[in-house]
Amino acid sequence: MELTERHIEGLKELLYKMADDLLIMGHRNSEWTGLGPVLEEDIAFSSMAQDKLGQSLALFELLHELGENIPDIVAFTRNDKQFHNCHLVEMPIGEYDFSLARHYLFDHADAIRFAMLENSSFEGLSMISRKFRGEIKYHTMHAEAWMKQLSQGTEESKARMQSALNAAFPLALGIFEEGNYEAELKEAGIFEGEAALKSLWLKMVISELQKHGYNLPDTNDVTPTLGGRKGFHTEHLQPLLNEMSEVFQIDPGADW
Amino acid sequence: MDNRTADIYRILETIMDPEIPTISLVDLGIVTGVEWENDIPHVKLTPTFSGCPALRIMEQMVHEKLTETGYETPKVSTSFEVVWNTNMISEKGLTALKKHGLAPPPKHAGYIELDVLSDIACPLCDSRNTTMQTPFGPTLCRSMHYCKNCHNAFEAFKPVT
Repeated sequence: MELTERHIEGLKELLYKMADDLLIMGHRNSEWTGLGPVLEEDIAFSSMAQDKLGQSLALFELLHELGENIPDIVAFTRNDKQFHNCHLVEMPIGEYDFSLARHYLFDHADAIRFAMLENSSFEGLSMISRKFRGEIKYHTMHAEAWMKQLSQGTEESKARMQSALNAAFPLALGIFEEGNYEAELKEAGIFEGEAALKSLWLKMVISELQKHGYNLPDTNDVTPTLGGRKGFHTEHLQPLLNEMSEVFQIDPGADW
Repeated sequence: MDNRTADIYRILETIMDPEIPTISLVDLGIVTGVEWENDIPHVKLTPTFSGCPALRIMEQMVHEKLTETGYETPKVSTSFEVVWNTNMISEKGLTALKKHGLAPPPKHAGYIELDVLSDIACPLCDSRNTTMQTPFGPTLCRSMHYCKNCHNAFEAFKPVT
């Protein structure tokens, strides 16, 4: 199928929000470096941070092939209004329970999203999705192992994880905020759309969490946190961007 | 494989992974092909992990080595066209990993589960009486384990699909 300008715009919108999610999630994960509750968790979050950054780079490179600026410029010179990540990923790391709940909900959505994209008609995207599969698998396994372990720990560990899930859930629903080109992307076989992704995700996380004795709030009782995809963000994003781009701002040509 | 391509592979076999100096780039399975534009070789690589920081260094090493051995303007590029997985590590490569003290990854059938990761032989005493401490390690490709037989902590090169 011949891609029209609207298809290309839709494709770019899709790539930007995925790349921004991964870049910001990666940065937040890296904030556990040196602070993890145990050494293994410190290393786990640092490793996942590195994966996320590598994956965002691959997406920014696809955008570059579509005529956008080079990855470093795109990653380090935009302000918060030009970012399209969901609010879930920009929230501060908080207590470890929140970071784990976010990690669980985000990475399961990511795993399903890239599994869907393995069949994308846009070859660049299907190629990297096949690559990411093996990497994301380790992230979802890690998240599930902790959800399970903490559900079987003490009354406190289970209660804290349930309350962290309740807090992260409306934010996680913001992952699926629809873009302006859902129909075009579906028509061109590029991506089946956020609604399809959301329904697969809900089915999976609800049943898996139930297995471990957790309950997610009813979606009818929850207002999804929207706005991130359109450039509206919380007060937490801009300070993160300032920190992330500090070296680049001092010396844009720095090499190491 | 024609003679000139075989020559390139012979050269690439002398370039070791910057983080695991016992295994060559060829045995690691990341060389996916050599193409020729007249007399100029174009070496194609595929990354082990998307976020692997050694990737640019490896490209540079290939470029330098080929230049040193008389290929004036070699091309080196990396793409996801061929997706690397740990089944692509050669038999020689698996032995080389063990020589570096890393348990080699078990062969997989396209998917990984936690129990696969726990059933790893200790590279020091070959006992299977081991436990996995964490599927993440000092580099993206390693997991950390403990051997209950010889009481040593060890690292494994983890299976990736």
